[in-house]
Amino acid sequence: MPKVVISGTSCQRFTGGRTELEVAATNFRRLVLELDQRFPGLGKQVEDSMAVAIDGEIYQDAYSVALHPDSEIYLIPKIAGG
Amino acid sequence: MSKHHVSTIINGEPAEFLCETQQTLLDTLRDVLGLTGSKEGCASGDCGACSVIVDGRLVCSCLMLGVEAEGKSITTVEGIASGDHLHPVQQKFLEHAALQCGFCTPGFIVAAKALLDDNPNPTETEARYWLAGNLCRCTGYDKIIRAVMDAAAEMRGETVR
Amino acid sequence: MNYVPSDLKVVGTRPVRPDGVDKVTGRAQFGADMVMPGMLWGKVKRSPHAHARIVSIDANKALKLPGVKAVVTADDFPDIPSEEAFVGEGPMNFRDLSRNCLARGKALYEGHAVAAVAAISQAVADEALELIDVKYEVLPHVIDVEAAMKPDAPVLHDDLFTANVEPKPTKPSNIAKRVYFNKGDVAAGFKQADVVIEGRYTTEPVHQAYIEPHACLCSYGADGQSTIFSSSQGQFMVRSYVAKLLGIDIANIRATAAEIGGGFGGKTLVYLEPVALALSKKCGRPVKMQMTREEVFRASGPTSGAVMDVKIGAKKDGTIVAAQHVLKYQAGAFPGSPIQPGCMCGFAMYDIPNVEVTGYDVVSNRPKVAAYRAPGAPIASYAVECAMDDLARRLGVDPIALREQNGARNGTKTHYGPTHQNIGFLATLAAAKSSAHWKSPLKPGQGRGIATGFWFNIGGESSAAVHVAEDGSVSAVSGSPDIGGSRASIGMMVAEVLQVPAERVRTIVGDTSSIGFTHVTGGSRVTFATGMAATMAAEKVVEQLKNRAAMIWDITPEAVDWRDGEAPPAGTNAGAFEPLSLAEIALKAARTGGPISSEVSVNAQGAGPGFGAHICDVEVDRETGQVTIVRYTAVQDVGRAIHPSYVEGQIQGGAAQGIGWALNEEYIYDRNGRMDNPGFLDYRCPVASDLPLIETIMVEVPNPRHPFGARGVGEVPIVPPMAAVGNAIRDAIGLRMPSLPMSPPKVRAALDVANGDD
Repeated sequence: MPKVVISGTSCQRFTGGRTELEVAATNFRRLVLELDQRFPGLGKQVEDSMAVAIDGEIYQDAYSVALHPDSEIYLIPKIAGG
Repeated sequence: MSKHHVSTIINGEPAEFLCETQQTLLDTLRDVLGLTGSKEGCASGDCGACSVIVDGRLVCSCLMLGVEAEGKSITTVEGIASGDHLHPVQQKFLEHAALQCGFCTPGFIVAAKALLDDNPNPTETEARYWLAGNLCRCTGYDKIIRAVMDAAAEMRGETVR
Repeated sequence: MNYVPSDLKVVGTRPVRPDGVDKVTGRAQFGADMVMPGMLWGKVKRSPHAHARIVSIDANKALKLPGVKAVVTADDFPDIPSEEAFVGEGPMNFRDLSRNCLARGKALYEGHAVAAVAAISQAVADEALELIDVKYEVLPHVIDVEAAMKPDAPVLHDDLFTANVEPKPTKPSNIAKRVYFNKGDVAAGFKQADVVIEGRYTTEPVHQAYIEPHACLCSYGADGQSTIFSSSQGQFMVRSYVAKLLGIDIANIRATAAEIGGGFGGKTLVYLEPVALALSKKCGRPVKMQMTREEVFRASGPTSGAVMDVKIGAKKDGTIVAAQHVLKYQAGAFPGSPIQPGCMCGFAMYDIPNVEVTGYDVVSNRPKVAAYRAPGAPIASYAVECAMDDLARRLGVDPIALREQNGARNGTKTHYGPTHQNIGFLATLAAAKSSAHWKSPLKPGQGRGIATGFWFNIGGESSAAVHVAEDGSVSAVSGSPDIGGSRASIGMMVAEVLQVPAERVRTIVGDTSSIGFTHVTGGSRVTFATGMAATMAAEKVVEQLKNRAAMIWDITPEAVDWRDGEAPPAGTNAGAFEPLSLAEIALKAARTGGPISSEVSVNAQGAGPGFGAHICDVEVDRETGQVTIVRYTAVQDVGRAIHPSYVEGQIQGGAAQGIGWALNEEYIYDRNGRMDNPGFLDYRCPVASDLPLIETIMVEVPNPRHPFGARGVGEVPIVPPMAAVGNAIRDAIGLRMPSLPMSPPKVRAALDVANGDD
């Protein structure tokens, strides 16, 4: 099962401080749905304000991006720019 | 409030207009005459985006009143090229990529032309100090200075093309 | 990446940009250059107080003035509820944005807009502003970030409670949120350190200082359809923000991106457009508004000022074992400083086993901060890179060697989690080390400094179209406003795919009705994301051209090639046909299936990050404290330079802004919370005589996710300069300047203290 690590502090109030989660989801959309089921409100928080870094590559707003069991998966704050 | 009638020469053509007392030459060029090439960056004479040449002298048009243009000969950025024949300063700005957003460019073109009219062989330092009245936020001035020095060389007949 | 460098004919060359002639002749239309029949002038009444309750606004006298056609206040905007959204260039709360455009209830900074008027001339509008009677109840204000964090500080928002702290606070605060990243165990890490460097660093707010003030022309039609012409970094952003703020359907607004005179992040949101459109709706005429330079400073977002405490520990052999950073960023009147990226970028260049970064987003009575080129990163890097310099000195090692030893490489785990892949930091350092500048001797009295920096770069939504006209000439439409020459690069990528000279492709920027949705121009994303869309559109057009040629020859499409701008048969088996030119194929477009064009929309992922290393030589005048930059070199990994001149230009421009930030730029406030220097005379940006030529060294470590290998380049170059300059000053006079700007009075004061004259 893919392992997801949540970076930063914005999700802690949903997970009670947990930052490492094993998930069944195989893509980002399913991850959001699963997180919201397990921790109500977390899915929206992740979808709205987090990007996902998979093996170091950052994806933002990409439902279909695949999550593999052996990938390094981090949820990090979304990046903007100027 | 009644307006003032002004007769002047702009880019070689006679021009008559009506302007309010407090309108600057910049306001007049842009809003009365439709010559929007000169830009307002600060309205206090600090950025040079409004640079024009008045009777041969480089001036910030935001620091001059429209009524003061009476009887004067004014060159704006719109008058630097001759038809579709660009002035060497304009051509070199394009070749050297001496503009990014292009907002300060009209002011620099006019100021650079005034520089080379005054001193056809400036050193890099002389060019930098002459152009210190023109603010650019995009380029760091590097390519602008290169373009001006290259234009100067071409106008002196020194560049081999 | 599909295009091999050795085959490229257009990408990598330096053609004249397609919008160049218009810009050197004054013909290009910027935000304030447009006029419409019946147009009125709009002006804004602004709070003279840093913090005040708005008791009443009486516009009756103003409305009676002949020539005044409408007045609006926040009552003319829907009172939208608090809504957090990640849009544009950073976290955005639309309620806050609405209240920033027109104050509701409270004025939160000097310059905060409280009302606006539309009149037949600027003079009448100015007079009308004087006649709008606003009654204020002045409140105590707070400016400084640490003062705003104190428990007894005047509170700006009584519904703001610090997020991400336990237990949940019950008292409102000016601390909007706390941010925290942790890797390993810093306490244990510092125990292993032989050398520990600590430092407190402060920075002041600085403005993007684009030379073009905000300007727009808005027209609300009687049928509810509106047009907006404005200077912005995103016509789609303008459209959707205005729609949101005024409660209009997005499709009822057509927004055109004027040529933009600089943005750097400061024009990735709206200030005037919703106000101008509300005025237009009220009086039924187009309304033009432009900010004065004073208004730009007082009422549009600078970036944060900050207070930071940094600590780095290393072993004798130069291995960094622990790093800790506490950052307090000021957000201005509403929450939303770039504290998150600031916390992530400071140590992103290094491989450090134990890192702890804590950040605070703090409101105070200043204009709301807006994005500024690599938001948050330059501030954090100033502290980190000065500390690294001190560390190198203490260890007695070369500053580049120290960074190489601890530098991030492919496979390095960042302190915010993900592992770096396909990065070019070490290549950048190597190029700096072997540069002519680094090897050149210093003159007596001069000092040299080096600093590095990182920025993520983003991808995102972009649309582009390629059309072949009936005569075979090609036009490309980009959804991205062109701030720095991107139109040229996009046209070049299309030309490369079509295998025609760059001049054969005319590129324009489309309005919201003419091209698909495109995210703002910012985040160093346009050449990457819009370039990707344009490349894909051009590839689809090539497929169509081959199909049409096949139809003309009555053979199968597989038997047709595309080479050098024309369609030859793929081999002698296909038939002895002369190649068909673009013009010949286009002539028969109707008969072979219709117009030849393609539009592609993408949500580009995989934007590669960028690293920079800047070397700076200075001379310090000990009598005046003035610092002169005598030589400057900026090294950066750019992926692939599509148009090298514009890539160099981005690097030079970013470096110049960083130098201004380092040496002179700052917001100065009086004790009433009013800005003392809202003009270019006293807000001192670098001018031509302040700078030398800026050498750029571009390292190409291609980004495999982009068809041509491009990486974003625009933001990285503003990250290293402040520390590069600070480290050079340290080298020249032996003194560490821990607060920006390192202006003459401060350098002089530091010298006085060091000499024992207080």
